[in-house]
Amino acid sequence: MGHDHHHDHDDHSHLSEIELRVRALESILVEKGYVDPAAIDALVETYEVKVGPRNGAKVVAKAWADPAYREWLRTDATAAIASLGFIGRQGEHMVAVENTPDEHNMVVCTLCSCYPWPVLGLPPAWYKSAPYRSRAVLDPRGVLAEFGVDLPETTRIRIWDSTAEVRYLVIPMRPEGTEGMSEEALAELVTRDSMIGTGLARQPEAVR
Amino acid sequence: MNGAQDLGGMMGFGPIAIEEDEPWFHAAWERRAFGLTLAMGASGSWNIDMSRHARESLPPGEYLTSSYYEIWTKGVEKLVVAAGLVSREELTRGQSLSEPAAIKRVLKAEDVPAVLARGGPAERPIEQPARFAVGDRVRTRNLNPQGHTRLPRYARGKTGVVELVHGAHVYPDANAHGQGERPQWLYTICFSGRELWGEQADQNITVSIDAWESYLEPV
Repeated sequence: MGHDHHHDHDDHSHLSEIELRVRALESILVEKGYVDPAAIDALVETYEVKVGPRNGAKVVAKAWADPAYREWLRTDATAAIASLGFIGRQGEHMVAVENTPDEHNMVVCTLCSCYPWPVLGLPPAWYKSAPYRSRAVLDPRGVLAEFGVDLPETTRIRIWDSTAEVRYLVIPMRPEGTEGMSEEALAELVTRDSMIGTGLARQPEAVR
Repeated sequence: MNGAQDLGGMMGFGPIAIEEDEPWFHAAWERRAFGLTLAMGASGSWNIDMSRHARESLPPGEYLTSSYYEIWTKGVEKLVVAAGLVSREELTRGQSLSEPAAIKRVLKAEDVPAVLARGGPAERPIEQPARFAVGDRVRTRNLNPQGHTRLPRYARGKTGVVELVHGAHVYPDANAHGQGERPQWLYTICFSGRELWGEQADQNITVSIDAWESYLEPV
């Protein structure tokens, strides 16, 4: 697909300053031969179509269903996740952190937007925004309340600020009443936010 | 640097804007800005630490009032000028005015899957043993460098415990400035909420950062 096909909503006479700025930058870089516009299309397509939080949901469901896999995830998350085919950029060094009744994990990048792309895709806008980045480390209970998550005061909240190239995947608690469910059905309970730590896994009633 | 990117602990930004069924991109130009940034990153003209530093060294007022992909776009503009690939005049005029400079690689569409699969691992071999072990108490140094650092302000001069030892990773404070990778041991350091935020903090929260060895001193 030619890259101009993405501009289907553009009215060329009413481009904003940033639209003009990006268009100018792309045209200079393409004209100089530094960038192949088809490579931009391929990059965008990868993260719009091929990669996303269903990948991470498969990892979590397998960890819930398979104790040996769960142990592998604990000891070498990068390899355990790679075994399902989820590898590469922004997931080179993975650590999986498991929620328990005593401890709830939540991930942030206060300095930029570090996020485990191979398992979750690109981060949502709120994850990259100043309100989340500023308060996740200072007032995580207040942040969780905004996401509708209310944990007992006795549950310790553990924040992971991704300040290096290590990427963290939260393994949410497996909901009760899910014994005997298949990995595929379990994966349906795993939301993106539950793998960031700003949500919990869905109850099985919610997806029936 | 103590720039606007270092947001941990700030107040006043308002509620978190949670969007149901959020699209991957919110406008066509965001797709192009995203793809341009990754494609130029793959050209080998700079490294990831340089691109983070290009973004964080926007003036604070500009950083905080620019959208995410605006910040990326402005970062690429700074990087292509600094690398001698594009002139400021070309950016201003919006067109190429001179012959292209030599570039290490041009990312081709057919190579995108392999390049993404390879990623950019940051772990490196190192000869000297790790100075700290899991369970050690350490204090972060109070560092305020002019250049790039990944030690956030809220976690400087604080005492915590080594929770994970990750191996030796590329040291961003040097790599962002073309001083080489200078790998150092990387640790996850866990702090109590009260150590970071004082006696009024929730006593049932803990916060960790990932810290390179030179950010740390023994307690």
